[in-house]
Amino acid sequence: MDLDPVFLSRLQFAWVVAFHIVLPAFTVGLASFIAVLEGLHLKTKDSAYLRISMFWIKIFAISFGMGVVSGLVMPFQFGTNWSRFSDATSNVTAPLLGYEGLTAFFLEAGFLGVLLFGRQRVPQSVHFFAALMVATGTLISTFWILAVNSWMQTPQGFVLIDGRFFPDDWFKIIFNPSFPYRIAHTVIAFYVTTGFVVMGVGAYTILRGAYVAEGRRMVSMALGLLTVLVPLQLIVGDQHGQNTRRYQPAKLAAIEALWESKSPMPLTLFAIPDETGERNMFAIEVPYLGSIILTHSLRGTVRGLKDYPAADRPPVAPPFFAFRIMVGMGVLMLMTVALGWLLRWRGRLFTARWYLRICQLMALAGFIAVLAGWTITEVGRQPWTVYGLLRTSESVSPSLTGSDVLLTLIGYMIVYLIVYPTGILLMARLVRAGPTAMSTAAAPIESGLPAQPILALPAEPKQERSAP
Amino acid sequence: MSLPAVDLVGIWAAVLALALFMYVLLDGFDLGVGILYVFAPDSASRSLVIHSIAPVWDGNETWLVLGGIGLFAAFPLAFAIITPAVYFPISVMLLGLIFRGVSFEFRFKDASRSGYWNYGFFGGSVIATFAQGLVLGAFVQGFQVEGRHFSGSSFDFLTPFTIFTGLALIAGYALLGAGWLILKTEGPLQQWARGLAKRIFWLFMAAIVLVSVLTAQMQPAVAARWFSWPNMLYLSPAPVATLALAVWAWRSIKGPSEFGTFGATVGLFLVSYIGLAISLWPNIVPPSISLWDAAASPKSQAFLLVGVLFLLPVILIYSGWSYFVFRGKVRAETHD
Repeated sequence: MDLDPVFLSRLQFAWVVAFHIVLPAFTVGLASFIAVLEGLHLKTKDSAYLRISMFWIKIFAISFGMGVVSGLVMPFQFGTNWSRFSDATSNVTAPLLGYEGLTAFFLEAGFLGVLLFGRQRVPQSVHFFAALMVATGTLISTFWILAVNSWMQTPQGFVLIDGRFFPDDWFKIIFNPSFPYRIAHTVIAFYVTTGFVVMGVGAYTILRGAYVAEGRRMVSMALGLLTVLVPLQLIVGDQHGQNTRRYQPAKLAAIEALWESKSPMPLTLFAIPDETGERNMFAIEVPYLGSIILTHSLRGTVRGLKDYPAADRPPVAPPFFAFRIMVGMGVLMLMTVALGWLLRWRGRLFTARWYLRICQLMALAGFIAVLAGWTITEVGRQPWTVYGLLRTSESVSPSLTGSDVLLTLIGYMIVYLIVYPTGILLMARLVRAGPTAMSTAAAPIESGLPAQPILALPAEPKQERSAP
Repeated sequence: MSLPAVDLVGIWAAVLALALFMYVLLDGFDLGVGILYVFAPDSASRSLVIHSIAPVWDGNETWLVLGGIGLFAAFPLAFAIITPAVYFPISVMLLGLIFRGVSFEFRFKDASRSGYWNYGFFGGSVIATFAQGLVLGAFVQGFQVEGRHFSGSSFDFLTPFTIFTGLALIAGYALLGAGWLILKTEGPLQQWARGLAKRIFWLFMAAIVLVSVLTAQMQPAVAARWFSWPNMLYLSPAPVATLALAVWAWRSIKGPSEFGTFGATVGLFLVSYIGLAISLWPNIVPPSISLWDAAASPKSQAFLLVGVLFLLPVILIYSGWSYFVFRGKVRAETHD
């Protein structure tokens, strides 16, 4: 078998990004949630907010730590596997990534320590301020990363000299056409993901019968947030789609598995795209609906894949199916929220056990939708790294052979498959312990003169909380 | 936006040199502690050893991100040539650092399997250090370049010389780690650290001498720079300082100085670092690509420099403060 370094490098990048993205998808929202809880506690002095916050801070610590180490891998991928991309685009992309790194660094060295270990060492308002800064920091990081990602999708503000991109206008580079839509869509997605996790954990807490009050408050707060954000996401997602139709029409055609340009265009609910035959099998279509959704008019035209040379088309099946998974998750989310309000109206939100079980399952919905959405946008960008200008096949490091990449890919797979299940297991254990009535004593590391949590643990297993 | 006529390359070279040295120094000692950690006499002292770096290690590691991204942003050609050339060492280093990082965190939260995570922490530290030593050796060897790309194979990095620099760096970080432990512990544990330092010291000194000799032998241009007159006179402070620091280190290891071992080892690293810079100047991709060849466009360098010059002092002050907060000896049961 001939090992293709380009394909394997893509696979490796997909592997490390997919594992990385689920962490920010959760921690960006969680950081904001913790800041809100700390703020509410500061204002109302209600200790329930404090207990919920301390509970989530422990989970945040694990997921943020995993996010940092898995994020460490990312910038090096640009060099090791995509050196030609780096050489061609660094003048534009690297300073933006640099700002992301600085922000993350600043956060890491600065306020995270105070948030995790400093409750006893600083005044409450300073601790709240630290929580706020951590939340702001995660959003600033998101801003810069998505600026780079969006520029690769809809590049502008540069001059091209000898095949290399040079910055011309930083404002245009950062605020490129897809950026506002992408950042809105992504940040809402991250908040929604966290919202469903909080709701699911709250539901689990209620079902177990311990810490019911805290569980109810979690479900209630999450439901309130999701009531606003889930419908908003449908509108923003639609706008993002319009933007894609304008700037990346081939991606949109792949999402809809649309081979011929059509007016009016039907909506393909399901099909099996046949890329070699340039057609769909088993297509289920609704007439006119495609034009209505995609062009907001009855007879709007959408360009088909055959309008583009085969070498310029993205793969069809991954974006097509991923889009249906993402939208399917959106519909399930909307139904969960609506059902929640129906039950609340009847006063059964916290007692309908079947609904709480649904909430538990829906904790995964956000992650699935984020991964699907990311698949759509990144696979849909192919065969380009910088859309329309730099091909993926011309971005890979020239010195790499297929077997080089295969070796490291196996390494990443083994390490991630050990690390992630363990991390999830440990977080699950924290969830099972619940928002316990925590002691206010200093955690060992906090005091600067650590006790020995490891030795203390077996005697009193419930004290896992004492190890930050 | 009109650009000032200042050459930003020099400023960026200084910023990167600082970031890289901070990384080597800071993550160096906590990687070193990771390397020595499994040799601690019992589980109580192991806990103390690990607590001596608990509040600071992840902050230390972020200097690597700053260094990596700084290289990418300021000297992208160097980044695009060097990282594929050391593809395996970099990948292995990252895997080692991941494994080490999560082992450290999991060790606290997964008490029933802390023994397993202990070895993960040790193994990750050794592997990451060895990989960094391989990168160092490959860097000294130089890279085969064609146009704007690395044109060798992914296995070019692997030579007896780079394996030796890998082992040498393990010795160097271990000495830094031992110095840190002498500083942070007391009593029998400190005696244990001093005992280790004694043995590692000679390994590290031998490594410094051998790497220097081999480098000069391998790169005639380097030898010429150091051994021609009058350079020899101007550069003579380097070997003299190395000797003085070595004497300081050895006397401190034997006691009673608590800071000397760490301080002198940091000095040895600094002198070696400066020596390497003198050998390679003005190249950033040996043997032929200079800092100026590899530099990003002035506009790109200026854009990020604004943020760096604002945040770098803040980061330095904050890091210094957090070391100050967690100063003093680590003790077992003084929970205040």
